[in-house]
Amino acid sequence: MAAKEKTGGAAALELTDKQKRRKATLKLMRQNYQLYIFLIPAIVFIVLFMYTPLYGLQIAFKNYRGGEGIWGSAWVGFKWFNQFFSTPRCWEIVKNTLTISVYSLVAGFPLPICLAIILNYVKNLRFKKFAQTVTYMPYFISTVVLVAMMNLFFSPSSGFINTIIKSFGGEPVYFMGMSSLFPHMYVWSGIWQSMGYSSIIYIAALSGVSPELHESAVIDGANILQRIWHIDIPTIMPTMIILLIMSCGNIMNVGYEKVYLMQNDLIADVSEIISTYVYKIGLTNNQFSFSTAIGLMNNVINFVILVAANKLANKLFGSGLW
Amino acid sequence: MANNPNAIKEPVFDKVFYIVTFVILCLFLVTIIYPLWFVLMASFSDAQYVNDGTLLFYPKGFTTLGYERTLTDPKIWTGYGNTILYTAGGTLIGTFCTMLAGYALSRDDLPGAGFIMKAFVFTMYFQGGMIPFYILINNLHLSNTRFLMIIITCISVYNIILVRSFCASTLPKDLWEAASIDGCGNVRYMFQMVFPLSKAIVAVIALYIAVGYWNSYFYPMIFIQDADKLPLQNILREILLVANMNPADSGTDPMAAQRLALMSSVIKYSAIVISTVPIICVYPFLQKYFVQGVMIGSIKG
Repeated sequence: MAAKEKTGGAAALELTDKQKRRKATLKLMRQNYQLYIFLIPAIVFIVLFMYTPLYGLQIAFKNYRGGEGIWGSAWVGFKWFNQFFSTPRCWEIVKNTLTISVYSLVAGFPLPICLAIILNYVKNLRFKKFAQTVTYMPYFISTVVLVAMMNLFFSPSSGFINTIIKSFGGEPVYFMGMSSLFPHMYVWSGIWQSMGYSSIIYIAALSGVSPELHESAVIDGANILQRIWHIDIPTIMPTMIILLIMSCGNIMNVGYEKVYLMQNDLIADVSEIISTYVYKIGLTNNQFSFSTAIGLMNNVINFVILVAANKLANKLFGSGLW
Repeated sequence: MANNPNAIKEPVFDKVFYIVTFVILCLFLVTIIYPLWFVLMASFSDAQYVNDGTLLFYPKGFTTLGYERTLTDPKIWTGYGNTILYTAGGTLIGTFCTMLAGYALSRDDLPGAGFIMKAFVFTMYFQGGMIPFYILINNLHLSNTRFLMIIITCISVYNIILVRSFCASTLPKDLWEAASIDGCGNVRYMFQMVFPLSKAIVAVIALYIAVGYWNSYFYPMIFIQDADKLPLQNILREILLVANMNPADSGTDPMAAQRLALMSSVIKYSAIVISTVPIICVYPFLQKYFVQGVMIGSIKG
């Protein structure tokens, strides 16, 4: 009898515990209902502009026709994926995309770190401020203007780069129209534009280093390179890892904005990348399903690489994105 | 003097390091300043010198002809007007909604906030892509409208995360508790406490959104058909890049076409200056907020 009562009492207690929690949650929700109202615009925006297109992704497996709508179009399975892989240009496009992005990563990742370290050791504060203001500036130049500036500066007839080459007795080079130079033009203009901006995050991390560490290192006879190697690099390591994972997750995601503007007939073979191809197939040729399939494939590969990179980082360094 | 051997040995190496890095830094600064200076100088120079490439350090044959041509082009003005409308509208709406959402998500006493946050973050890594988005916009009948151009990128998950980390780290929990005990509701707290205390993050978010709007050309290119709704960057693209590809199309009169072709480089330079000056001028004043924004982002990271 007593035992029965005991178990019964415990059950009742558990129930009330659950009920209590639910009640507390409900009370919080009621109390803070205005916070949900705060969230409405953002939720509507995200659901409408980010999640609804996910529903539209199914046309990658369908033969989309405008009149039939997304739901009504007929299923075709993996037709478009097969079509992409049997396109002669397929591997060329994948190769171009990977060339540009791996090159951007390899060249563009370490340079902002170098800049941040150099700026960190600039003693004259005024000069440091000036250097920072100048190096961040190109970030604010629009892609259209950047590409136009490249066209003008590198022009074989009137660009000052070729004037300099000519003054040293060289032959003018049509930089913007040579296939072999396109990756360099793309990557280095990108570095020019974003190196300063990308260095901010490292400068912020470096400013957190305690000066005592440096002082004691100096007393112990460490030179500046040893201090950088043993104090500064370990400090910015976590930031570096996070940014590296994020860049890996974007390895197939070369933005179409700049490439599209840089394209011309002379470099058509090297400047077609997945995202510009998706745009042209989809919106110029109106092959919606085919284009969506290519985009989806690209997206999935990216996602897998991101997850893998994050797993690897978790294993190696014990810290990742999630 | 030579009591400490290290004191002598060290500075030699460090001095070399300082000199080398100083030179590298200066060279890098030159590669940034010179092109910008070149654009400015070419925009004030005679077309002849610009075209034959003899312009190097200072303007030659000073003229404002390029600006006269550019500023009398009505397309530049409609483009400017549209850009200002889209940028101002998008920045206002976007900053406001981002602040509201970011603050709400920073509260740990909001049931479901974690789930909503995860659902938001997911969209950073997986999107529907260009065509589904295009179909959606057409189905919503938003294509070719100014309304679309205003709202199109006004809310971004990245900015919401920034606001959320800012609010979580700078607004003490006790402040809200004290205010709510005194009978202050969430709405009043938001407007009388959160906004005034978060001026820094408001500036950062507004700057990020405004720069994005000012410089975007791709969405207008695919969604806007009417020329009078195009923003400045798309007009610039026509002047700077598309015209470049077919110089023969500029007119039927060969003399006029030739003169225009001669002038075109100077017109291009002045168009670059006209479109870029506002944002370059505003930015140094906002730089400190800009840096702050990156720092807040890195706290979360």
